Amino acid sequence: MLGLDKKDTALLLAVAALALFAPFILNIFPQNTALAFFNGGYPDLMQRFVIFGIFAIGFNILFGLTGYLSFGHAAFLGVGSYAAVWMFKLLNYNIVPALVLSVIVAGLFSVLIGWISLRRSGIYFSILTLAFAEMSFRLAYSVLTPLTNGETGLQVYSNDPQILMGENGVTSPHLFGLEMSARATLDLGPWEFTFPVGYYLCAILMLISLYLAIRIFRSPFGLMLRAVKSNQQRMRYTGLNPKPYTLAAFVISGMYAGLAGGLLACMDPLAGAERMQWTASGEVVIMTILGGAGTLLGPILGAGTIKYLENVFSKMNEALLHSWFSWLPDFIETPLIWVLSKFTGEGWHLTLGALFMVIIIFLPGGLVEGGQRIGRLITGRSRKASDTATKPAE
Amino acid sequence: MGILEIKDVGKRFGGLQALSNVNLSVHENSVHAIIGPNGAGKSTLLNCLVGKLIPDTGSVMFDGQSVLGRTPHEINQMGISRVFQTPEIFGDLTVFENMMIPCFAKRDGAFRMHAIESFTNETSLVEQAEQMLIDVNMIDKRNAHSASLSRGDKRRLEMAMCLVQQPRMLLLDEPTAGMARADTNNTIDLLKEIRDTRDITICIIEHDMHVVFSLAERITVLAQGTPLVEDTPDNIKGHPKVREAYLGEAA
Repeated sequence: MLGLDKKDTALLLAVAALALFAPFILNIFPQNTALAFFNGGYPDLMQRFVIFGIFAIGFNILFGLTGYLSFGHAAFLGVGSYAAVWMFKLLNYNIVPALVLSVIVAGLFSVLIGWISLRRSGIYFSILTLAFAEMSFRLAYSVLTPLTNGETGLQVYSNDPQILMGENGVTSPHLFGLEMSARATLDLGPWEFTFPVGYYLCAILMLISLYLAIRIFRSPFGLMLRAVKSNQQRMRYTGLNPKPYTLAAFVISGMYAGLAGGLLACMDPLAGAERMQWTASGEVVIMTILGGAGTLLGPILGAGTIKYLENVFSKMNEALLHSWFSWLPDFIETPLIWVLSKFTGEGWHLTLGALFMVIIIFLPGGLVEGGQRIGRLITGRSRKASDTATKPAE
Repeated sequence: MGILEIKDVGKRFGGLQALSNVNLSVHENSVHAIIGPNGAGKSTLLNCLVGKLIPDTGSVMFDGQSVLGRTPHEINQMGISRVFQTPEIFGDLTVFENMMIPCFAKRDGAFRMHAIESFTNETSLVEQAEQMLIDVNMIDKRNAHSASLSRGDKRRLEMAMCLVQQPRMLLLDEPTAGMARADTNNTIDLLKEIRDTRDITICIIEHDMHVVFSLAERITVLAQGTPLVEDTPDNIKGHPKVREAYLGEAA
C-alpha cells in the first residue's frame, strides 16, 4: 500500500489503529476507581504523546541512521514554537500558516547549525550542537527579548495585529474554523472517553511523518545515511561525499522538530525559552534510545513511554502514597514513603534515570529489542527450525 | 604515455623525506606492482594518488587530468577505485546493500537525494549488483550481514564493490597482508581473473613476492622514497640492486 511493502504497511496500520483508538486504550480504567489514576486518555497528555512522537521520529532519522548524536534538537523545537506563535500574533489563529512557518524556520536554522556542527563528527559534533542549543536558549531567554518575550514566554495579546482575524474571528488555534480545543466525550457506564480535535490532528500529522520516515528508511538516501554510520572512509573511496548526506539528514530531522514545536504552540498558543533548554534535547535522545534507535517504531514507543511515565510519576504525591500504603505498619510505611517520595512528584527524573540505566544495560536495542526477544521466546522453536532449513542452501 | 603518470613527486614529513623524485608511468590495462622494503614510501605514494595526501612537489596525472588537490570521492569518480589493506566494507549492512552503494555512486555521483522510492525498486542497479555477486561467487551470501563474513570473503566483497563501478584503474594496498595461504591464493586467482577478463589497469602495492611475481607485468622497486629500478618480473628477480635493497648486503 502507498508504495510500502507488506511489513511496513502492517506497521503503519498498527500505529494508525493505536492512534485512532488511543482515547479508549488510555482510559481503560473506569472513572472513580483507584486505578483511574493510571489513565492517560486526556487531551493534553495524548497530544504530547504524538507531538513528541513526531519529534523523536525526526531525531531518529539523524541519530538512528547516520549515528550523529545531536544534543541540540530542542533548539529547533523551540524555534518552531516561536514561529507558530508569531503567525498567531501577526495573521490569525489558523494553524496552517503557523505550521508551515515553523517547519521552514526550523529548517533554515538547522541548515546553519548543521553546516557548522558537521565540520566535526563523534563527540565533538555532539558538543557543538549542545553549545548551539544552549546559546539559542540564552538568546531566547534574554538577548532576543523583543522577538521571544524573554522569561515570560511569547504569547498572543489582544493588541497584536492579527491582520486576518476579522470581526468575529476564532480566538483560539483552529484549522479553518475547527478549534483545536474542541472535543467530544462519550460516557459508557463508569467509563468516560474524550476525543479531542487537537489530538487527532496531531495524530494524523504523526502518521504522515512516520510514513515519510519509512520511505526515507527504505530509499537510496536512507541507504546512504546508513553507510555514513557504517564506514565513511569506504564511502569516500566509493565516490560519495558523506557531508551533504549528513547535512540533509540533519535538516530533515530539524524540520520534524520544527513541526513538533509548531504543534505544541497550536495546542497551547504560547512558547517559552525553557522548551530549548538542553534537558529538552536530552529528553528526545532518551526517548529514541529507550524505544530503540534506528528502528521505525522505537522513537514513537519511547516518546509515549516517557511522556506517560512522566505524567504518572509526577502526579504521585505523599498523600497519595499514604492512601496506597496505609495498610502497612507505621514503622515500615514511613521509611517506604520517604524513599518512594524521592522518586515521585518533583523527583520523577530519578525514576527516569533508573529506568534508562536498566534499559541501556539489559536491552541496548531499547523497547523494540525487548519486544523482539519476547516474540522470539514465544515463536522460538519455529524460528530455529526455519534457520536450519535455509542453511544447506548456502 | 601511461594512464597514470607520476612526475617528480616529493613528500616530506618534518625531517623525513618520505618520497623524492618519484617518476612512474603505469600503462593502460597492465598490472603494475610497486614493491619495496618497509618504510620505502609505498603507502605514502599511494596516499598521494587517492587524494589523502598532497605531495610537496611534482604532478600526478590520471588520463591526462591532474588528481592533485582533489578529494578522495572526486578521484574515485574519475575512475580510480581503491582496495584497502584491511578490507573496508559497510559492516552494518548486508552484502547486497554493500553492493548497491557503489552502484548508486556510479550512476548518481557524489550526492543525490533519492528519498522516496525504495532502493530495491531500482531494477537495473539490482541486476548489476547481483550479477557482480555471481561473478565473484558470493551470490549465496547475498543477504548475509557483511561483518559476519570471513576475512577472505570481506576482501572479495570489497573488490566486487570496486569492480561494479567499472573503474579504469584499481589500486590495491597490500591486498593479501595478514592472510592465510589459502586466502592469499584465492585473492591471486581472483585478481588474475579480473586481469584477464576486464579492461582494467591494476596498480598493486605488495609485500608478498609470491603475489607480485604471479600477477605483475611490470614492477617498480621503491627504496628510501625513490624508485630504484623498473622492469619486468623476470629481470627484477635477479637484479643485484633489488637484492641489496631487500635482503641487505649479506645476501
